Amino acid sequence: MEKGTFKVKSGLAQMLKGGVIMDVVTPEHAKIAEDAGACAVMALERVPADIRAAGGVARMSDPEVILAIMKVVTIPVMAKCRIGHFVEAQVLQSLGVDYIDESEVLTPADESHHIWKHDFKIPFVCGCRDLGEALRRISEGAAMIRTKGEAGTGNIVEAVRHMRVVQSEMRKIKNMSTDELAAEAKLLGAPLELVLQVHKTGTLPVVNFAAGGIATPADAALMMQLGAEGVFVGSGIFKSSNPAARAQAIVKATTHYQDPEIIAEASRNLGGAMPGLDIKAIPEQELLAQRGW
Amino acid sequence: MKKVGVLALQGDFAEHIIMLEKTGVEALPVRIPDQLKGIDGLLIPGGESTTIGKLMQNYGLMQPLRDMVHCGFPLMGTCAGMILLAQEATDLNFSPLGAIDITVQRNAFGRQLDSFEIDLSVPVLGQELFHAVFIRAPFVKDIKPDVNVLARLSDGTIVAASQGRVLVTAFHPELTEDARLHRYFVKKMVSGNTRG
Repeated sequence: MEKGTFKVKSGLAQMLKGGVIMDVVTPEHAKIAEDAGACAVMALERVPADIRAAGGVARMSDPEVILAIMKVVTIPVMAKCRIGHFVEAQVLQSLGVDYIDESEVLTPADESHHIWKHDFKIPFVCGCRDLGEALRRISEGAAMIRTKGEAGTGNIVEAVRHMRVVQSEMRKIKNMSTDELAAEAKLLGAPLELVLQVHKTGTLPVVNFAAGGIATPADAALMMQLGAEGVFVGSGIFKSSNPAARAQAIVKATTHYQDPEIIAEASRNLGGAMPGLDIKAIPEQELLAQRGW
Repeated sequence: MKKVGVLALQGDFAEHIIMLEKTGVEALPVRIPDQLKGIDGLLIPGGESTTIGKLMQNYGLMQPLRDMVHCGFPLMGTCAGMILLAQEATDLNFSPLGAIDITVQRNAFGRQLDSFEIDLSVPVLGQELFHAVFIRAPFVKDIKPDVNVLARLSDGTIVAASQGRVLVTAFHPELTEDARLHRYFVKKMVSGNTRG
């Protein structure tokens, strides 16, 4: 019997596919998310919109908050640690969370090195803006990838940009001739072995979700049609006027992402979405997606 | 060509579609009740059982599926699918479909840290061991006498079973390259004439 293998780590991400992972800050939120059909929750002290508003240093959540949330739901519970902060990751592993998000939403602890995730029994999900970044994280042991988007903005534009870049780079690599791949790997800053794998399969070796800015059922379906295998919704649910209804509607639009009539029906009478931010109005040094490499 | 539906509300339905296609059937995703028409068997994939169960209720699939169970329709379930096909499941806030006379313990081995892989003996598939991947897996806690046990862990825990035209596993054959269980389901339950 073997535990903590890459197969069981990436396998859990495969079980989450087609689903919505929701940010929650209390056990009550977690129940609302589970009842709405979330396939997992991300346990946090504050949602990204509040982290952005508060400024300062954002760190791993209080274990008490995470444990309280783990107690009330039967779906998997994820939690975030800072980029490069492997001790926060050790702490989260000891709590027995199901997945760790090494996340740019928190203030990075190391600007040069991400966590060497192969050392852990617990699986990690990491953000990316392009294929090279995704493959670098996978080579460090990430068992799931999500495009970064721009968290806490309620603005889908960055999520779309990142997903389109990843998908288009994969299509390009798939169509390249074998002798072009080494140069392409150098260009992407990605291990050749993983580039060869993408060339062969046309897809990432792990599950890829979309994140960062999803606020409506149509946003979720858009990301799915662009090639996401599921979505993370951070502030979009609990910063809206009717979280329970919006959560359920986003789940429905994610399942039925190819069916505009069902998405239309799901979008009716949801009340106000979270207030959004124009990305251009955010000072460059405050853009979360730029954290990590 | 036989048609097998794969419940595609959430979970790893795409992996099951690939496996079923290897067995020479047409595999079709099922998201709405209309898509249940014309299929010869249905597979409920791995995923989150709470989520899939809720979506079955929300999207009007629960009653049609119960009717199919009632008629002895060929059904296969892996992990979450096993929970949803059971007679009873612990910690589930709705009644599962009751297609097979077993009681299932959810998250029976623990959380993700306790997920594991192991080579299992599955006698109905022959001598060669089956590589089984268990992810936050359930196990079969209790069975009625007319249920066949297809596989056990070395401590006796039941992890695969069948009854009539229903096949369930606590592990994920769809996460391997080994299509023997899918082939067994198609051959014995979907194409076979005998009703259990």
